[in-house]
Amino acid sequence: MNTNSNTYTIVYATIVVIIVAVLLALVSQVLSPRQAANVKLDQQKQMLVALNQELGADPAALYESLVRDTIDRENAKPGIFRFEVDGATKYVLRLHGAGLWGGIGGYIALDEDKNTIFGINFNHESETPGLGALIVEEPFRSQFIGKHIRDAKGEIVSVVVLKKGNQAENGEEQVDAVSGATITSTGVSDMLKENLCTEYAEFLGTVIGDGLQVTGEEENVEPIKEEGE
Amino acid sequence: MLSQKTKDTLLGPLNVNNPVVVQVLGICSALAVTVQLKPALVMGIAVTIIVAMANVIVSLIRNTIPMRIRIIIQLVVVAALVTLVSEVLKAFAYDVAMQLSVYLGLIITNCILMGRLEAFAMTNNAWDSFLDGLGNGFGYAIILVIVAFFRELLGSGALLGYQVIPDSWYAAGYENCGMMMMPAMALILVGCIIWAHRSLNKEEK
Repeated sequence: MNTNSNTYTIVYATIVVIIVAVLLALVSQVLSPRQAANVKLDQQKQMLVALNQELGADPAALYESLVRDTIDRENAKPGIFRFEVDGATKYVLRLHGAGLWGGIGGYIALDEDKNTIFGINFNHESETPGLGALIVEEPFRSQFIGKHIRDAKGEIVSVVVLKKGNQAENGEEQVDAVSGATITSTGVSDMLKENLCTEYAEFLGTVIGDGLQVTGEEENVEPIKEEGE
Repeated sequence: MLSQKTKDTLLGPLNVNNPVVVQVLGICSALAVTVQLKPALVMGIAVTIIVAMANVIVSLIRNTIPMRIRIIIQLVVVAALVTLVSEVLKAFAYDVAMQLSVYLGLIITNCILMGRLEAFAMTNNAWDSFLDGLGNGFGYAIILVIVAFFRELLGSGALLGYQVIPDSWYAAGYENCGMMMMPAMALILVGCIIWAHRSLNKEEK
């Protein structure tokens, strides 16, 4: 058989494409319930980490035992979850933002006063390992615990992520950026500000006045710079 | 147990015919995933599995592939395999899938795959192709691990995420080399490895 004729080539290509398409569609169909369950479990784990809980052997059961009610629109903003941890009410809000290479997200847990940060957890799609990806690690996250997202007047101002040694201009509380990962750190800062000051403003209970800009000018954007050169 | 030819097929790529330092393939991903040891290891394993499987499949259908679209067919096989593996991982090993997320997609564009499919699997039987895939995958993984070892050690003072440079050194003024975090350093390190490798293998040339 002449494998180089036009007819053979076209028929061959068509058959290969159909086989591959059917195979992939089938696998995707069969596996999607399991994948969805995994995604849900992963989100629950992330929330538990934001609530400073030990995951233990059965995170799903732990989640069920703590959660009280939720406003969740299938992974879209807003995602508001009310938990009860050691007798105290905690609110967990889902965050979405942009890092250097892709999306970043996370969950912020607030005390009942909707002001004090009880815990926080971040995730990212594709930040640089060893640099931007360090935002998910405990040393960066733990800086947020106990910070306040409101200023003295009670307005939501978020918490800014700043390079060590810099001072927030508007008196917001601040945490240290990951060195060498300026854009990812700025992304975290912008994400918190945009989510808390606009997306969840209604839930948090403060109307944004004209004086409160959400442009993020005070974030001190710098060009990428490696430390220790 | 193994004939000389089989041995060469399997073990050659580890040293004298290494895909990265001799054939100079797969450099792009060597830059991207070698900042830390762990992603480098995972990428090495993933590439090994996919090259071996793709080699076998292409070898089995090699006599039916029309010459004019052979590269496209090879690409379709690789892309389908990568997508399959990624879907299966997402369903059964979600944590691993999340760690691999970016790298898994990168495998499709890894030149080692195309190189081996075109140079070996198109003309050899399935078993030899399987060994060739394993050998080249391991050869690739070794270089990745060596590069990542130095980049993580000198750039972050850690190995596999654990700090190995004692705090007392930092107190005494030692600083991590920020340059090691840049992709360019991977290229320079690969260059150093090629240099050392060529010097050691002089007689065989």
